[in-house]
Amino acid sequence: MSSYLDYKPDQAPAGWRKILYLNWPLAFLLAAVASAGFLMLYSVAGGRLETWAEPQMERFAVGFVAMIALAFTPIWFWRSISVAAYVICLGLLLAVDIIGHNAMGAQRWLDLGPIKLQPSEVTKIALVLVLAAYYDWLDMSKVSRPLWVLVPLALILMPTALVVVQPDLGTSLMLVAGGGIMMFAAGVSLWYFAAVIGIVGGLVFAVLESRGTAWQLLHDYQYRRIDTFLDPTSDPLGAGYNITQAQIALGSGGWHGRGFMQGTQSRLNFLPEKHTDFIFTTLAEEFGFVGSITLLGLYALVIAFCIYSAMTNRDRFASLLTLGIGGTFFLYFAVNMGMVMGLMPVVGVPLPMVSYGGTQLMILLMAFGLVQSAHVNRPR
Amino acid sequence: MKKSSRDIHDSTRSIHRRALMLGAIQAAVVATLGWRLKTMQLDRADEFRLLSDGNSIKMRLLPPARGLIHDRSGLVIAGNEANYRATITREEAGDPAVVIERLRRLVPMTDTAVAALLAEIDKRSAITPVIVADRLTWDQFASIAVNAPALPGITPESGLSRSYPRAGDFAHVLGYVGPVSDYDLSKIENPDPVLMLPEFQLGKLGVEAKLEEVLRGKAGRRRVEVNSAGREMRELERIEGQQGATVQMTLDAGLQNFAIQRLGEESAAAVVMDVQTGDILASASAPTFDPNLFVRGISSADYKALMEHDHRPLADKTVQGVYPPGSTFKMVTLLAGLESGLIDSRSHFYCPGHTTVAGRRFHCWSRSGHGSVGPVDSLERSCDVFYYELAQKIGIDRMSEMARRMGIGVRPDLPMSAIAEGIAPDRNWKRARHGQEWQIGDSINASIGQGYVLASPLQLAVMTARVATGLEVAPRLIRAIDGTAVPDPVFPPLGLEEGNLKVARAGMDAVMNGGSGTAAKARIVRPEWRMAGKTGTSQVRNITAAERARGVIRNDQLPWNRRDHALFVCYAPYEAPRYAVSVVVEHGGGGSAVAAPIARDILLYALAGGLPPLDAYPPGQRDEIREMLARMRLAPSPVAQASGGRARA
Repeated sequence: MSSYLDYKPDQAPAGWRKILYLNWPLAFLLAAVASAGFLMLYSVAGGRLETWAEPQMERFAVGFVAMIALAFTPIWFWRSISVAAYVICLGLLLAVDIIGHNAMGAQRWLDLGPIKLQPSEVTKIALVLVLAAYYDWLDMSKVSRPLWVLVPLALILMPTALVVVQPDLGTSLMLVAGGGIMMFAAGVSLWYFAAVIGIVGGLVFAVLESRGTAWQLLHDYQYRRIDTFLDPTSDPLGAGYNITQAQIALGSGGWHGRGFMQGTQSRLNFLPEKHTDFIFTTLAEEFGFVGSITLLGLYALVIAFCIYSAMTNRDRFASLLTLGIGGTFFLYFAVNMGMVMGLMPVVGVPLPMVSYGGTQLMILLMAFGLVQSAHVNRPR
Repeated sequence: MKKSSRDIHDSTRSIHRRALMLGAIQAAVVATLGWRLKTMQLDRADEFRLLSDGNSIKMRLLPPARGLIHDRSGLVIAGNEANYRATITREEAGDPAVVIERLRRLVPMTDTAVAALLAEIDKRSAITPVIVADRLTWDQFASIAVNAPALPGITPESGLSRSYPRAGDFAHVLGYVGPVSDYDLSKIENPDPVLMLPEFQLGKLGVEAKLEEVLRGKAGRRRVEVNSAGREMRELERIEGQQGATVQMTLDAGLQNFAIQRLGEESAAAVVMDVQTGDILASASAPTFDPNLFVRGISSADYKALMEHDHRPLADKTVQGVYPPGSTFKMVTLLAGLESGLIDSRSHFYCPGHTTVAGRRFHCWSRSGHGSVGPVDSLERSCDVFYYELAQKIGIDRMSEMARRMGIGVRPDLPMSAIAEGIAPDRNWKRARHGQEWQIGDSINASIGQGYVLASPLQLAVMTARVATGLEVAPRLIRAIDGTAVPDPVFPPLGLEEGNLKVARAGMDAVMNGGSGTAAKARIVRPEWRMAGKTGTSQVRNITAAERARGVIRNDQLPWNRRDHALFVCYAPYEAPRYAVSVVVEHGGGGSAVAAPIARDILLYALAGGLPPLDAYPPGQRDEIREMLARMRLAPSPVAQASGGRARA
């Protein structure tokens, strides 16, 4: 990976020299993914830059610079502030629940004058940070001890609970899954995971059984989403409309797609949320299998880099952080793609770096700044 | 805290293991996603492509222009006119109530109509155009177009609508068109999708209904791309439709108009037929109605007035009305007698004014009697007793058989609605219909066209044409379809002795031109147009013996609907027959006084090809005729009407 430069094993790069030690391929990879996003945002806006593509590009530029800047920061700094970041995030989530800005039936935004902040997005990264720091601090022998397993569980479930009441099922599931990846990476005994899977299975059963009773566990619209997921064709014009139209768009792309700006499904408004959660369907419709498998490949390379970087880093905090951020990124695209392809229920998860959304884009870029920092500052 | 190198080693090993496991799981998920992409985009691409096209590409029908209907000279009697209307689309209008309020300054609308309209707009989807004003004048249409900026959501449109430039003249023959009802659709198997268009007009009655398939034409198609809300984004393909075929009728617009006007206020019918070709030149039923009212959607008040009118303007009396033919039936009875061989042209019966059969007395219309009467006299003076005696000789079966040969009791094959069959009664018919045996009295009634015998004015015209030519003349209404002429028919002979036919014709000639003919007053004096005819007066009530003893009540003292029907049939020229005419005036009184003059005028119009020339009338009647003709409100001389072409899209 760093074969383009000689380095001494125990000599970390310092100052401006760090810029040479950045993982540039990862940066280019991310830029390529984001560019696919610009292209699609231009297309779904009907050939207008200013609607979505331009603001997205501006935010990408800011985020990219932030990523480079973060890469220069020493990794130990992040370890030392992780607990503080986590606590601040909990506070912000609490604030959202109390005074948050209401959008589409859910309180997710915090209106801070000029900027609107979506704390649940930052929380995902803060959770990764705090768990990495926790397992870095925890003695290896204690990792699987029940008491020491309860601590990270609490760390995961506190923000999750605050997000669930917004209500934002998608993000809360992402938090749980992201935390789970952290615990897995840290080496928590596989028996715990088996137990959790068993409990979750039981819970799903309970949720389904509770439907229509007095102690119904989910909102009606969430049950309808479950129904639609199980059989999207059952309600093609109602709840299943989105997923049916998404699959039509995706499937009709064929090998090469209908061509840039030629997708009838998106151009004629059959596709829902075409600039956010369902943007992949437009890409698949207009660029076909070639285009969609290429994007999937780019994502896979990002993940592969994270795995590689984590394995070559001897700093436990840095490795766990890298795996956690890579894992979160993976969850984003896997859940989003699985959703539009009809493999998963429709939960509001954007396609990372591609869907329109400033907070998400910048937070992800900054998270990769942390990954870069871990990479650059790794002990040699 | 500083970690020992052992710790670091353990941690690195653990991380390695878990990172590889994590990587493997993630790779598996990515592979699953890739596989799913492959199955959806490569294996099932065609299926999804089809669904996608079905989503976005819609077929829209272009309604075809309806075929025109011409009279025999090419004059448009049913055409298409541009119908200017305005529609409103809620989405673009914003607040429809405000826009409609502004529109009302240009187009008058009642408060109730506006309320109904707003309810309708509310009911429809926001992008569905709703008609706000129909049948606008050009000025209104233009003012809406000019004021478009102040009328958001209002679109002026022009379409085609059926129009009948001759108003009521052809209402009964042609019928009319109207919007397609659910009932119409339920009657049609596998209906043409164009019928589902909201503005489409379907033939409801008469020729319009019977020739619907010919007149409708073929719908054009537009393939359009629509968005998810159904709004058209662009037109991909346009295939123009084909206008329906032009149908040329045998009818003559001038003669038809004259006949309608001549029947005037009476409840009456007249049919003019070309005896050579069977062409129906005029088929007039009075009073008539304006079919344009029905096309536009008749008001319930107008409809009620038409329904409750005691002269039944909606009924086509020429083919739907059946009447006891009265004495006009006597040619049938006479020919049946002559053909049977039981009498010949020299046979005579004695008429004392009545005859008694099976204990019942049957009266001749002439109470004093006609004395000794031969076949020709029997028609000339319309002696009833001659036919009573004849009927007893030949029996009902020969009479009804002859009636059917003459077209009575046989449904004419014409593209008109609810054509009556009439009745040529015989023993079987009575048994089936009334469950009774045939009585001799029935034969006697039938012999003079009373009792069970019923015929429509069309059938009487056919009968007259057959007597005049000896051929099995059949009526026809269609002269050409889309320029292709219907070939002139060759009629087979009826198979009657020419001599017998000559006796009947001579009798009809004598009715007009014999010294004591019943219709001598209505004769034509121009020798080349010499006319033969037969009067008929049919009772619609029974005259009881008691009434007869007191003296039969005169027609003009009876209420209108109890008076006799007046009938007359005729043809001319006598030597070389061209036209046959039948006239029935419901409750008109006597055939000779009421029906014969009408029939003569109509016949003269046909012969002259225009207004009857006064020199055809007996000199004493000319002043009166001149005045009558001057009083008639005839349609302006035929002007070529603009044929309704395709409207602007």
